Amino acid sequence: MLSVRDLRVSFATRQGALRAVDGLSFDVGSKEVLGIVGESGSGKSVAMYSMLGLVRDSNVTISGSVKFEGREILGLSDREMQSVRGGDIGMIFQDPMTALTPVYTVGWQIVEQIRAHTDMTKQQARERAIGLLGEVGIPDPKSRVDHYPHEFSGGMRQRVVIAMALSCNPKLLIADEPTTALDVTTQAQILDLMLKMQESYGSSIVIITHDMGVIAEMAHRVVVMYAGRPAEIGPEVDVVRYPRHPYTWGLLGAVPRVDSKNRRLVTIPGTSVSPLDVPEGCAFGPRCEHRMEICDERPVLHGPGDHLDACWLSDAQRLAIRSARSVAGGAS
Amino acid sequence: MRSFIIRRLISAVLVLFAISVMVFLIFFATPGVDPAARIAGRSATPQILEQVRAAFGLNRPIPIRYLLMMEHLFIKHDLTSYVNVGDRVLPQILQAAPVTLSLVIGAAVIWLIVGVLGGVVAAANRGKFIDPLIMFVGIAAVSVPAYWLGEVVNYFTQSKFHSSIFSWVPSSGYVSPTTNPWQWALHLLFPWLTLAALYAGIYARVLRAELVNAMNEDYVRTARAKGLSERRILLRHALRCSLISIVSLFGLDFGALIGGAALLTEVVMGLPGIGMLTYNALQNLDLPVLMGCVMYGAFFIVLANAVVDVLYAWLDPRVRLA
Ligand SMILES: Nc1ncnc2c1ncn2[C@@H]1O[C@H](COP(=O)(O)OP(=O)(O)OP(=O)(O)O)[C@@H](O)[C@H]1O
Ligand SMILES: [Mg+2]
Repeated sequence: MLSVRDLRVSFATRQGALRAVDGLSFDVGSKEVLGIVGESGSGKSVAMYSMLGLVRDSNVTISGSVKFEGREILGLSDREMQSVRGGDIGMIFQDPMTALTPVYTVGWQIVEQIRAHTDMTKQQARERAIGLLGEVGIPDPKSRVDHYPHEFSGGMRQRVVIAMALSCNPKLLIADEPTTALDVTTQAQILDLMLKMQESYGSSIVIITHDMGVIAEMAHRVVVMYAGRPAEIGPEVDVVRYPRHPYTWGLLGAVPRVDSKNRRLVTIPGTSVSPLDVPEGCAFGPRCEHRMEICDERPVLHGPGDHLDACWLSDAQRLAIRSARSVAGGAS
Repeated sequence: MRSFIIRRLISAVLVLFAISVMVFLIFFATPGVDPAARIAGRSATPQILEQVRAAFGLNRPIPIRYLLMMEHLFIKHDLTSYVNVGDRVLPQILQAAPVTLSLVIGAAVIWLIVGVLGGVVAAANRGKFIDPLIMFVGIAAVSVPAYWLGEVVNYFTQSKFHSSIFSWVPSSGYVSPTTNPWQWALHLLFPWLTLAALYAGIYARVLRAELVNAMNEDYVRTARAKGLSERRILLRHALRCSLISIVSLFGLDFGALIGGAALLTEVVMGLPGIGMLTYNALQNLDLPVLMGCVMYGAFFIVLANAVVDVLYAWLDPRVRLA
């Protein structure tokens, strides 16, 4: 349904070209949940925004192909994009506190979107808005519809944003770290809500996150990004259980146990590369424990079946490393 | 919202009271000066001084003197100028106020329209040639001194081209709108434009900066993700939120101008408004009139601020709770 091929986004900056996304390809099937993980600055948001024409920087260059239901949407005019955005593809953002216009009631803002894409009357759109607010679990939607964003808590606002994103029955929902700004209990509720809504609306989801826990909970397939490049792509079960890329090992090692209160990322040794000078070879090379000579050459995505990774390690090497690790892990 | 308005009005009344006390103390209770001599003006005879002392109770305690003064000003309305003997203060102010109000309200309408249009057009055309052009004209207009601009406008409309293209411009002065609305507007046209020119530029610049900031806000990204048109996003979302800061700027400027800050424009354009009255009273050291003008000015500044706060609350739902 969504098919992205070799997406590249670079910004011209004073320090030279910043390649925020560098050759990203993935597919999202119907009703599929695709997770995108990676550290801060790995280009997850930029990739999503550039697909939808939401990167408004005069210094940006975007290339590649993004096909939505067979139709190329990269390079569509703003006008043509308007019916795609909010109509076919809904978006949910990281910070619900700032995502809504502060001076209008939430009902007004949902009605505005519905009326931009359908020819419902104000009254019908309002009824729908109330219905949606009820569906996303806002108590007493009939009166809450006339409240302003600041009168809602963060979690409730995120529910409003979800209701808004779903208001035109989008086929695809893109959620950029929808739970990062929320507390842990609310995070779980919002994720549950998204799964529930995905079931009843039958939309596909692309969910961006830092959090392998979120991936494990929601995603069918995973893209692991590092420095704008895909490091590993595959079905969720495979990537989480049998990760192939050393960076993914790091990320997974970084997931605290499910019972721990704080799900914050434990950092991987070394700092993420600056996207201004990503090495010619493997982007993760400088931080990798298993670095080899050949890593100066850029690895291509390859692998068995639909589980791909960009790493030069051979299967035998990986097996050895992983078993050594699990022994160490078991001993500790 | 209603309780907000009521609370705001009560605080306005308190502020006015405080201001009247301050003004009174500064004018009439400064230690070491004989207030009677101040009130009576420079060339007062001993009899007049005696009269003033009796009328204002100057040998009684300060609170009583304050009350007496306020009684003269607001209840008996018979505070009198001793410089231009017999001129009562209040009627002079009441006569001058409509002139100032006409000047400032008319100019404000023009500068708001021009400023908002300029700001929106500049922000919508960022990076194109028209944006820096508007910003340049804006900064140029702001930098011009009021009296200089007034004199230049006068020179062109009243003398240089008065016999040719500007022959329809009446000589300076004021005509009440109840006598002749057309002449009222005609007499005020160039004063309006002059005053508006001084403010429209800064409003355009401030609004443009606000809009450019607003267009980078998260809620604008949400609006784009909703599939709204750029035009709608700019006008309904970014402009609507940016107006909040324009309103607070406007409240300050408007209050100050009504309160007498249009003095330069009034004097240069020969308009007998509050600014002119203050200017003349200053030159004659006519204390009662001056105090009347200051009180009047304070009243409008406080009132304008109260109105702005109410507007603010109306524009920004977050303020209503506070
Ligand atoms: N307008 C821009 N101009 C220049 N560089 C940009 C711009 N927008 C993003 N970048 C850069 O692109 C890189 C990728 O940013 P992006 O926001 O996609 O990261 P992310 O993976 O979403 O991180 P996070 O998890 O913190 O949201 C960053 O290095 C960022 O500095
Ligand atoms: Mg991001």
